[in-house]
This record gives sequence, C-alpha cells and structure tokens, in this order.
Amino acid sequence: MSQIAAVVLVMLATVLIGAFGIRMSRTTSDFYVASRTVSPLWNASAIGGEYLSAASFLGVAGLILTFGADMLWLPVGWTGGYLVLLVLVSAPLRRSGAYTLPDFAEARLESMTVRRLSSVLVVLIGWLYLMPQFQSAGLVFGTITGAPPWVGSLLVAVVVATNVLSGGMRSITFVQAFQYWLKLTALAVPLAFMLVAWWSDGTPGLAPGDEWALPLHGREHPVYETYSLILATFLGTMGLPHVLVRFYTNPDGRAARRTTLLVLTLLGAFYLMPAVYGYLGHVYGMPESDTVVIALPGRLVGGPVGEFLTALVTAGAFAAFLSTSSGLTVSVAGVIAQDILRGGVRAFRVATVLAVLVPLALAGAARSLPVATVVGLAFAVAASSFCPLLVLGIWWRRLTTAGAMAGLLAGGGLACAAVVVTITGGPHTGWAGSLLAQPAAWTVPVSFTVMVVVSLLTPSRVPRGVARTMVRLHTPETLNVDRGDWHPRYM
Amino acid sequence: MTGKPRRAAAGARGQGEGTAPSGKPRRVTVTSPRTAAAPRPRHPLTREIDEQTRLGEVYMGSLVRTQFRLALFVCTVLACVVGGLPLLFLLVPELREVQLFGLPLPWVVLAGLVYPALVAGAWLYVRQAERNERDFADLVERR
Repeated sequence: MSQIAAVVLVMLATVLIGAFGIRMSRTTSDFYVASRTVSPLWNASAIGGEYLSAASFLGVAGLILTFGADMLWLPVGWTGGYLVLLVLVSAPLRRSGAYTLPDFAEARLESMTVRRLSSVLVVLIGWLYLMPQFQSAGLVFGTITGAPPWVGSLLVAVVVATNVLSGGMRSITFVQAFQYWLKLTALAVPLAFMLVAWWSDGTPGLAPGDEWALPLHGREHPVYETYSLILATFLGTMGLPHVLVRFYTNPDGRAARRTTLLVLTLLGAFYLMPAVYGYLGHVYGMPESDTVVIALPGRLVGGPVGEFLTALVTAGAFAAFLSTSSGLTVSVAGVIAQDILRGGVRAFRVATVLAVLVPLALAGAARSLPVATVVGLAFAVAASSFCPLLVLGIWWRRLTTAGAMAGLLAGGGLACAAVVVTITGGPHTGWAGSLLAQPAAWTVPVSFTVMVVVSLLTPSRVPRGVARTMVRLHTPETLNVDRGDWHPRYM
Repeated sequence: MTGKPRRAAAGARGQGEGTAPSGKPRRVTVTSPRTAAAPRPRHPLTREIDEQTRLGEVYMGSLVRTQFRLALFVCTVLACVVGGLPLLFLLVPELREVQLFGLPLPWVVLAGLVYPALVAGAWLYVRQAERNERDFADLVERR
C-alpha cells in the first residue's frame, strides 16, 4: 500500500513541479532550451537526473546479480563516457550553437541530407531507449499492484506526455534536477539501513571459490563482450540525443566543460551504489531479476521501516522512469517537429504524442530483455553513428559530406540491424550471438573507417565554410572573432 | 603544452602578415597622428583569423592542435587503464582472486576506486584546457 502511495506522490510531484514551469515558458525558445538561464549545478543535476534511467537505477544491480563482476563495467562506462564527452566534444559542441545532433550535422557539414539522416537516427535511438523504460515501468508496477504490465507502461507514458506538453524544457530542467536528488536519496537511505542489517548479521561474505565474483566468466565469449561493452558505453554517451540538448543550456563553452565535470562527480557518487545492491543480493540469495533493488530492502530490513524503505526505492524507480522518458521525449519530439512536421509549438505537441506512442507500442510487442541490456544496445547504436560524426566533425577538417553520410549509414545501419535481430529473434548463441548482442566492437571501427576513407576519396566535398566553423567551435567566447552567421532554425 | 601555439605562430609570422587571401596588398589608412578619426584596430590578430589569412590559419591550427593533443592524451591514458584491466585479469588470473579489504580486487577497483580516478582526470583536463584557451586569448589579444 505504501508503495502505491509513493508512486502517486512522485507522479504528483513531477506534474506539479512541471506546472510550476508553465508560467515561465512562453516562447518557442523557452520550450527548447530554457532560454539558457540555468546555473551549472542545476544543469548538472538535470543532466544526472535525465541520464539515470531505469537501466541505472534497477538494471545495473539486476545484471550484476545475474552475471557477476563483468557487469561492473556497465556503470563504469556510463560514467567514463562523460570523460570522453568532456575532452572530445563538450566545449566545441556548445560553441557550435546547435540545439540538437541534427543541428550540429547541418552546421558542420552544411548539408540537409546529413541533417535528415541524423534526425532519423536520433528518433531510432530515442525510441530504442524509451521502450525498455516503459517495459520496466510495467514490470515494477505489476510487481507492487499485481496489474498487467501494460498498465504501468501506460501510466508513465501519460504522465510524461502531459508534463512535456504542458511545460516544455524549462519545467523539465526543474523536474530533472529534482529527480537526480530523489534517486540518489532513494538508493542511499535504504542502502545505509541494509548495511547496518548486514553488519548485525555478522557481515556474511561470498563462499570461498565463488565464481560469480570473478571477472571474465559466465558468458560464452566474456573477453569480446567485455571489450565491446566498454567501447559502446564509453563512446556512446556523447551520441545520446537527450544528453546533448542539455549542453545548449550552458552560457558558454567553458561552462559546458565545468558542467560536465560536475555531472561526472554526481554520476560517480550514484554509481557507487548499484554494485553494492548486486553484491548484497547475491550474498542473500535473491532471485536474479531487474526488481532486486525493490525487493532487497524488505528482505534485509523487516517491519514498518522495511516497508518505508521499499516505498522509497519504488519512488526512486518511478523517478527514473519519468525523468529519462521526459528527457528523451523532448528530444525525439523536437526532432520530429522540426525535421518531419513543419515546426511550431503545435507541431511539437503532435510530435510529443508520436514520440511516446511508438515506443509504448513497441514495449508491448518486443521480447522482454533486461532493461540495462536494451539500453546498452542504444549506446552501441549511438557509438557507431554519432560518435564518429562528432569526433571527426570537431577535430578533422577534411571530413566531407559524402564521408559523413557513408559512415552514418554503414555504422548506424549495421548496429541497428544487430539490435533488431537481437530484440525480435534470439537469444542467439555462439559467436554470432555475441557479435549481435554486443555489436559495438565491430560497428564502431567500421563507422570510423568508412567515414575517413570516403572523406579522403571525395576531397572536393569538404564543406566550404569549414575554416569559419573551426573558428566557431574552438575559439573561446572572450575573443571577438567572426564566427559565421549560422543559427539553428527556430521552429 | 602551454608554449606551443606561440612557437608555431612565430615561425609563420613573416609569410602571411598584412596580405589578404586574394594576394592584394591591404589598404592602409593614412591619417595625421593628431586626429582621432581613425583609431587603429585594437586586435589585428583576430582580424587575421577573420580574414582567414595564412597567419590566421596558423594560429587557429595551433589552437586546435594543442587542444586535440590534450584530448588525445587523456583518451590514451583512459584507454590504457580501462582496456588494460580486462587484459590484466585475463593474463594474470590470480589477480582476480586477490582480496583487498575483504573484497575481491576487481570489485574494489571497478566498483570503487575507478570513480574518483575519473573525476580527478576530468578535473585536471578542465584546468589544462582552460589554461590553453587563456594562453591563446593572451597571444591573440596582446598585439
């Protein structure tokens, strides 16, 4: 009962804080980027809140419990990805003035074709990321109420759509920042109680010779899969559409760097915890499932305190569903409204409904995989498409329109194909199974190679304004230089 | 790393100075020093960058190269640490079973120590990247 109350409370709080933002968001610019008046701590909290999805809150602990030490790389990669993003992308991306990845593609390559292809990829990655969020919302809601899975999915989808439709980005920034601290508290407080309970149980540890705690075991090709996972997570972070849109809310490139540093700190603090949940879950012999985070506090701490802690983690889980889904919905809807519909606030509203409906339908139809596994696939697609586009686009002047197109098609296409085969069919076994389940180790090199080779073969198609664009991307804002006159198209 | 833009730029100073990309000599305003009519442009080097003269390009190239070298350095260290750990566990399997503070070593590293290390690396990077930018701004604005 208290769990349901917690869920209702989180949803109400989300809607109310969202409504708080309505008065402040009137123009289209407000809708998109909160008019760039967000301070670094708010911004970093919002990025953290948006980024820590059901995969981080529930999925990581579940996978660690199931597969053991190799899964520790997942949160490491999801944090380390921000270090790669910081050094290669953050400041230049902010200086580019782009709101979204398609904006960046257009600004750097001066081509509408590359822009459209990027839009398609953003929508695909967004939907692939949203689908497991809705699925696990259904799973958790079903666990606490006994309702069929689609009820929880629908509930989260409706709250997200309402919130995005009513407030836009400004309210989302407040909601997201609030969600980060809620999620941190919801994982930390039960953990403190559980550690006390574990201590008073005489600190039970692993049985001697327990294979589970050792890295590189338990799967068919653990070395390949570990390296592929590392590549996907470290390089995929920079290509996530809902993360990049936040960088525009920094006032300048320097602030974008500092925000990223702050994000890294906030995420590092959070990711210390799921591993402990997984470890305790194994020590206490919990069943291997995504719901271990929800079930564990009740198992270790009994009575009304245990019930309160369970309600708290449930609230955290719903915060995770709502925050990530809201951020993704804003990004996907923005791209659909701008590049597929004709633009304007009205188009944004239609696009929002579309952005939520498709993954909701997919959540009902697709094979049910662990949430962190599917999110990992979204990272693999991002790493094989937008990572090369951003890195080469920012640092390599000889990137051409044809090269970018070919690389996006080859890398993004192959990764998407692997994802479709893994999600619809399967589980596949042997080398084919490993290559399909963790595609990044081969799709990322393919994408980079194709982009570089095709660019070198088509030197005449280097964008004409590349020198000006480089000035724009790399000179500090304090210098008074000509940065060109490109602006993202206002809706 | 901080001295690099200066040196690179100094080498090219003689070649492109004062010449527009078309090759025509730049127009010079001749005024009496007593009139306030034509103040000298305060930062001629930013104009070299704006007009994409060879000198401007050399300066821009040096900034991009300095920042890229720094980024590449951080990524290389990260790749060695992150890519090296699974390799280490593969080649020296006994390491997987070493106990530290009552926990297996891989857990202590991957679920704990790696996070502060990432934050420290990011902090050092931000400091150095801002320093590079300041040096570039000083260099361009001093003349």
